[in-house]
Amino acid sequence: MTDRPIKVLIAKPGLDGHDRGAKVLARGLRDEGFEVVYTGLRQTPEMIVTAALQEDVDVVGLSILSGAHMTLLPRVTRLMHERGLDDVLVTAGGIIPDDDIPALQEAGVAAIFGPGTTIAEVAEYIRTHVRPTGA
Amino acid sequence: MSEDRIRGAELAEAAVAGDRRALAKLLTAVENRTAIAEAAVRRLYPGAGSAHLVGITGAPGAGKSTLVAALIAEARLAGRTVAVVAVDPSSPITGGALLGDRVRMQAYATDDGVFIRSMASRGHAGGLAATSTSAATVLDAAGFDLVLLETVGTGQSEVEVAAAADTTVVLEAPDMGDEVQAIKAGLLEVADIVVVNKGDRPGAQRTAAQLRAMLTVTPAPRRAASSLGEGDDHPAPKRPEVLITTASTGDGVAALLAALDRHRAAGRDGLVDAARLARAEAQVWAIVSERLRDRFHGEASRPATESTLRAVAEHRLDPYTAADRLLASLVDPRTPA
Ligand code: B12
Ligand SMILES: Nc1nc2c(ncn2[C@@H]2O[C@H](COP(=O)(O)OP(=O)(O)OP(=O)(O)O)[C@@H](O)[C@H]2O)c(=O)[nH]1
Ligand SMILES: [Mg+2]
Repeated sequence: MTDRPIKVLIAKPGLDGHDRGAKVLARGLRDEGFEVVYTGLRQTPEMIVTAALQEDVDVVGLSILSGAHMTLLPRVTRLMHERGLDDVLVTAGGIIPDDDIPALQEAGVAAIFGPGTTIAEVAEYIRTHVRPTGA
Repeated sequence: MSEDRIRGAELAEAAVAGDRRALAKLLTAVENRTAIAEAAVRRLYPGAGSAHLVGITGAPGAGKSTLVAALIAEARLAGRTVAVVAVDPSSPITGGALLGDRVRMQAYATDDGVFIRSMASRGHAGGLAATSTSAATVLDAAGFDLVLLETVGTGQSEVEVAAAADTTVVLEAPDMGDEVQAIKAGLLEVADIVVVNKGDRPGAQRTAAQLRAMLTVTPAPRRAASSLGEGDDHPAPKRPEVLITTASTGDGVAALLAALDRHRAAGRDGLVDAARLARAEAQVWAIVSERLRDRFHGEASRPATESTLRAVAEHRLDPYTAADRLLASLVDPRTPA
């Protein structure tokens, strides 16, 4: 069965209290027909990866505006690799300087979306890069 | 098909052996109602049945998720493992869903003895997903002691949870108004335990008192009864206990866990047995009707089915005779449908 909705985890790593973007995104993606799990603020990489595993999501979306992305995002991708979640698409957004993007992509973050990104762009990106698995 | 059977068996075995990724994949298969899921459930069912399945229902915002988190904490203290299935509604228009129950439970996300799964209702009315019962079976077979099912915030008629759970908890928040009209007769009828949450708010005691009063004047609740006749020796269901909790601080939650245990122990006198019989019936009938539909719409019988339906539409045949003919054609395929 391939017509089941794509399942996305939206998570906020670290001590970053900026949750407006994450909430906008979570609701927007729901309205685009995705099943969106939102885990709230102040998530450790361990919490995020465990949630991704238990929920069997197709996509992990990390929202970070605190400036700690260079330490936190690679930790998430490394843990995902250790837990065998290599087939899960990882995207990120928030305040992430362009200069940091290559290193993050190197670490396994497939795409990064900054301020002003529309929901439609994110939805389109996910749809073209994910094939939901029947099981 | 046999590939699916093998994959289902592999996932089932791995999930029982403690592989959480396999368990998660299996739950996805269950949600998608694949042949893999069917194969796995066939295999797992005999080993399931020892978990205590607890349904938690109540109005939106009553504190169901917060209470689930508090119950997880309490059960973990007692050394029990806990699985959660938390259901949120799918949009009927886009099919999308925002699954937010987990936010309140994330503190236990990294505890190995806890497994939390969010599910979208995917068009199923009734407060759960159509596949919640199978999901609970899988978690039960995977060895969790307690399986908590959080329903969609209910309006009023979503009493399905009573058929899915051994013990049904109906949650109310204190009412600031004059009367507890918020509590709906339908929901109260299926409650094994009624919890007034937000015990820190004014009015909690009064709400609990009103509920207790209501429950003594209304007839004792009918347990989600099986339509199979129940013998006279069947014990009359007890009236539900009414408890007060403050889920956000954990106050009263130990008492709730104790009440859950008592209700379960009472199962040995037949209460939970009745719930299980009703569940078995609901599950089997759902599969029977699905299979019948598949059968009548299958390639071989579709033309006959369609001409029978057309005859009814055109009033050349009455619907009872049509149904009898379809059923007869199952027994003897030569009978014209
Ligand atoms: C509003 C705001 C706040 C609000 C936050 C309210 C809330 N609950 O969210 C308040 C006032 C609380 C706040 C506080 C602070 N803030 Co502030 N804040 C902002 C501000 C002005 C806008 C952020 C916002 O909400 N944007 C609107 C949303 C919709 O956009 P967004 O989050 O960028 O999300 C979009 C995209 O980035 C993308 N996206 C985001 N996440 C994801 C994830 C995925 C997977 C994808 C695909 C896309 C995606 O899609 C979204 C839609 O377009 C920004 C400046 C700015 N222009 O961004 C500063 C800013 C983020 N804040 C900043 C700072 C420093 C702080 C404070 C530390 C200030 C202080 N000294 O007290 C505190 C820290 C608070 C905390 N606990 O973390 C700095 C961060 C600097 C940095 N990272 O290096 C910024 C950049 C301001 C600045 N130029 O200095 N802040
Ligand atoms: N004061 C107080 N607030 C509580 C208590 N329990 C939960 N809440 C708050 O009530 C709000 C709703 O709690 P949830 O646990 O999300 O409620 P829910 O019933 O799961 O909600 P839905 O899943 O959306 O139907 C949150 O803001 C909680 O913090 C409590 O005992 N006391
Ligand atoms: Mg909830």
